Amino acid sequence: MTYLLRRLAVFPLVLIGVSIVVFVAIRMVPGDAITAMLGTEAGLLTPAQREALSVYFGIDQPWFVQYGRWLAGLLHGNLGISSTYGKPVLEIILERFPLTLELALLSMLIALVVGVPAGVFAATHNEKFSGLGVRVAAMIGQSTPNFVLALLIIYTLSAGFGVLPAMGEFSPLWQDPLRNLGQLILPAITLGFAFAASVTRISRSAMLDVLSDDYVRTARSKGVSARGVIWRHALPNALIPVVTLSGIEFGYLLGGAVIVEQIYALPGLGRLVLDAILQRDYALVQGAVLFIAFNFMIVNLLVDLAYVALDPRIRLGEQ
Amino acid sequence: MRMLRAIFAHPSGRIGGFIVGLYLLLAVLGLLGLTPHNPLMQYRVDRLHAPDGTYWMGTDLFGRDVASRLMMGIGQSFTVAFFSVAFAALAGTVLGLAAAWFGRRWDGIVMRVMDVLLAFPAILLALLIVAVAGPGTWTSIVAIAIVYTPIFTRVVRGPALSLKAREFVDAARTFGSSSSYILTRHLLLNLVAPLTVQITLALAWALLTEAGLSFLGLGTQPPAASLGLMLSDSRNLMETAPWLMIFPGLAIMISILGFNLLGDALRDIFDPRMRRAIA
Repeated sequence: MTYLLRRLAVFPLVLIGVSIVVFVAIRMVPGDAITAMLGTEAGLLTPAQREALSVYFGIDQPWFVQYGRWLAGLLHGNLGISSTYGKPVLEIILERFPLTLELALLSMLIALVVGVPAGVFAATHNEKFSGLGVRVAAMIGQSTPNFVLALLIIYTLSAGFGVLPAMGEFSPLWQDPLRNLGQLILPAITLGFAFAASVTRISRSAMLDVLSDDYVRTARSKGVSARGVIWRHALPNALIPVVTLSGIEFGYLLGGAVIVEQIYALPGLGRLVLDAILQRDYALVQGAVLFIAFNFMIVNLLVDLAYVALDPRIRLGEQ
Repeated sequence: MRMLRAIFAHPSGRIGGFIVGLYLLLAVLGLLGLTPHNPLMQYRVDRLHAPDGTYWMGTDLFGRDVASRLMMGIGQSFTVAFFSVAFAALAGTVLGLAAAWFGRRWDGIVMRVMDVLLAFPAILLALLIVAVAGPGTWTSIVAIAIVYTPIFTRVVRGPALSLKAREFVDAARTFGSSSSYILTRHLLLNLVAPLTVQITLALAWALLTEAGLSFLGLGTQPPAASLGLMLSDSRNLMETAPWLMIFPGLAIMISILGFNLLGDALRDIFDPRMRRAIA
């Protein structure tokens, strides 16, 4: 319990740290926000107009004044106005977030549905050729960068079947579920592939550990069927590291998959941040990165909680 | 020597070691310019030439030899990966040892800063750093090093804390050994195993990040070659010249596979429970 309280106490401190890092970093990007916003038209501005715009976006003040204002706004749920979109930052983030969340959930689903049975198979066929095959496949899967896989999938589809992934205007789940799934399934497979490989590897090694435990041997000697031992006795305990790994990976995916979103032309959080950085959209970068870091930390905290809940032997406070 | 023999006795160590060795050779040849063709030379008549005896991996849109560019790219990617991991390992070791040794306030400060860095998804932090400093080789090195430093700090701090409490450290203190002697001779030597494993895995990750940054146009800048950049350039020519995508894609994948296999083998070798299982 003390461990969790300590984690919770550090939480706001780390968030403030993150916000300061982002705040200072984005202001160190060469070039000014107004030129980035208006492009070549910025050259047509009179000094007075430029000044007025700086005042409007609050970037005429020193950075700590800007930070103070931003922090005060944050406490009121106001993340500022994006200079690229001319809309509240929070609104833009919340528009993009459902896609990222859906993609992360789909990828995790694929990873677990493929990875856990594959891991169990590899563990129960440890000395056999088929088990080795699964291990080799998992190792290759884990070493395949998602952007390489994305290009391979697109190439195979277009060269082999003459079809291209459904790009174009993105349709949210609640508007057109079928079209939405059609647009997200390939990116989800792309992201779920290496994820599934990690799940396979970790569930295999956890399963191997558990299978040599005394209680499994006891269950066997009591005449529990092989299938019963594996799925009812061994697997629940072997799943603990799988939960941890999936949680951490999920946290990463909630930050948006910059490159995969770029390749499949998906308007997710990752691309939002990338574009905002390139556009020097201060308010948007700050807001989006803080949002992502916040989610990431929450997920990691939940993973720790799940870890304690699943394994009563762990008393993290005593470590 | 004993280490090499152990690696080659391990099945994944053998394959991983072979792949890494081969890539090192290609990287050195690429960096020295000992490539089949000049990687920057544009053979205009042979634009988008399919792979054959002259151009083993074909040529690109400008008529440049893909095999030569691939070697140059491997050299480039490995340079970034090695320097960034070296910096991260050095910084992480110093910070982790200092946090463990001096404890209390120093430990608190170091670890909170590391918590802040770890709160960013890695690629995002790298992007932010590259945006600040402008794209380029050195920026990639610094960005990847900063992203990976907290992980090395954690890998070092944990075991260093438990080593610090061990009897042999107390004994060394009683004999009047200086802090720096204990830190280097007693703590650091005992941390070689976890550090080696982490370095190998970090190299795989650094290669991946470098390729990702270059793919987004924020890493190595043209006309220099990098695996990520080659892959990114191949996107529009995928159907007419698939070799532009396939070779760099495979090259990235196999290099990461090599380091992952080697890392796995090293972990097994250093873990005494596993060592017995292998022997």
